[in-house]
Amino acid sequence: MLRLKQIYKVFNEGTPDEKLALGNLELQMTKGEFVTVIGSNGAGKSTLMNMISGKILPDAGEVFINGENVSAIEEHARAKMIGRVFQDPMLGTAPHMTIEENMAIAYGRTNRRGLGFGVTKKRKELFKESLNTLHLGLENRMTAKVGLLSGGERQALSLLMATFTDPKILLLDEHTAALDPSRAELVTNLTKEIVEKNRLTTLMVTHNMQQAIDLGNSLIMMDKGQIIFEARGAEKQKLTVEKLLNEFQRIKGEKMINDRAVLI
Amino acid sequence: MSTALFNSFESGMIYAIMALGVYLTFRILDFPDLTVEGSFVTGASVAAIMIVNGYSPIIATFCAMLAGFIAGAITGLLHTKGKINPLLAGILIMIALYSINLRIMGASNIPLLSQTTIITKIQDAFAGTGLDNMLNGLLSIVGLGGSLPKTWSILIVMLIVAVIIQMTMSAFLKTEIGLALRATGDNEAMVNSFSAHTGNMKVLGLGIGNALVAFSGSLVAQYNGFSDIGMGIGIIVIGLASVIIGEALFGAKTIARATLAVIGGAIIYRIVVTLALRVEFLDTGDVKLITALIVIGALIIPKISDKQKEKSRKKKRLKEIQLRHGGTLSKGGEGYASVKTDL
Repeated sequence: MLRLKQIYKVFNEGTPDEKLALGNLELQMTKGEFVTVIGSNGAGKSTLMNMISGKILPDAGEVFINGENVSAIEEHARAKMIGRVFQDPMLGTAPHMTIEENMAIAYGRTNRRGLGFGVTKKRKELFKESLNTLHLGLENRMTAKVGLLSGGERQALSLLMATFTDPKILLLDEHTAALDPSRAELVTNLTKEIVEKNRLTTLMVTHNMQQAIDLGNSLIMMDKGQIIFEARGAEKQKLTVEKLLNEFQRIKGEKMINDRAVLI
Repeated sequence: MSTALFNSFESGMIYAIMALGVYLTFRILDFPDLTVEGSFVTGASVAAIMIVNGYSPIIATFCAMLAGFIAGAITGLLHTKGKINPLLAGILIMIALYSINLRIMGASNIPLLSQTTIITKIQDAFAGTGLDNMLNGLLSIVGLGGSLPKTWSILIVMLIVAVIIQMTMSAFLKTEIGLALRATGDNEAMVNSFSAHTGNMKVLGLGIGNALVAFSGSLVAQYNGFSDIGMGIGIIVIGLASVIIGEALFGAKTIARATLAVIGGAIIYRIVVTLALRVEFLDTGDVKLITALIVIGALIIPKISDKQKEKSRKKKRLKEIQLRHGGTLSKGGEGYASVKTDL
């Protein structure tokens, strides 16, 4: 479904700030796979997301979605295949527009936009039905401005808007990080529910190791622009936070020894 | 006096079309577009030169709109493709248009007094219907027959045109493209992630906005009987004044309401200027100063009055609490912990 082939990306090349964001990264995801991504700050997780969404283009390497090479396709065109939820709840919705208008924009993701009305009677029913699945009562507030909703509600709405038109790939970029624990749990549960129901191919970045272990059927760990650890299927099910931390230390430690060996 | 007021209604209606264009770029797209200073004159110039050269005024006005669209779209392209700051992109096109407008007109002023314009066409068409006499007759009966306007045609037709544009605009902003346009001004990252090209949306919005401004410019030229290179100076401020006054007085809850408010704002702006000019020591050269003062007032006064309201609300609330707790506030603070509007 998704394939990243030898992706290479450097920022600020040739300056003292040069940073290798992604180095020959390889990633393959099958249809319906739910991969969680962990890694420290600056590991390249966000770059990976932006690389898939098309916000940034690779210096070298190729991106395939559904077998199609999309490396040169711009973000807005690639968005036809990709649903995305950002970390900041404010980024996924338009605050001065109503809930139903926001839904109508999301509905337009897969279709060509024309001069027909965005909110029609028929669509309203569809929007209402989808909003119902959030159990937040938003279906009764369809003409309320989204700016009036709380952060948790906005993020739940963003999640719904990204998924209800059945994207080929769903990208979740630490989408629960800015919420309080109870709201974060709500959105996490909704994520689980929606991804399972629609069997979406999902890539989720998180800083919460427990969340990374609980959700999804694969887990990858990134460091310095590379994938340093991968656990899929049964192996993933057996993971615990402790095991993961040990694994991280083991890999990092070995690397350090290797580096030292080179230096000496 | 009442003739002057009547005229301010007429021209207010014509300028309202310009204000709707400014509303689209300034409020909907959140793009402070200075192109309008040039495209207003471009509309006037194109219409004037075509009318003088014998084209039908309707075709001339249509071409004026097209020219305005192109000017706005170029500003949009400079910003989206050339990555130039919005304000600067507008200023650059505004300055460029000054020369272009001079080229279009071939002179700094084209008189249209003896020409057939849309305005004379409207008047002629209306003269046959006898509506003017009827309306004036009605007004004399109710005792307002002092100084009656020569013709109602401009006012009525311009009102209809402005309302049609307003209705079309608020319908357009509810279409799929219109929603994407509004979201572009509201949250760009979101629009991109839902597969709409924000760059194209901006170019489209700026094009439509400036087409309306140029349309208004061409009508002003035909209404005043001349096109002049200096007629665009301060247009952006007049547009903003209309938008801000309208929103402050009539509200902006929905798109339909906000666009109607803009028309109302444009008329009220004209009336205020007309009244201000009746003051002894002010003359026509002071119009721009008055405009600037009106805008400053419309921006500051609502804020001051809001603050004042909040202050008196707090005072009142504090008094209530003091009464309830026997006069002292300093005891442990348990009394007013529930009031947390500041947090």
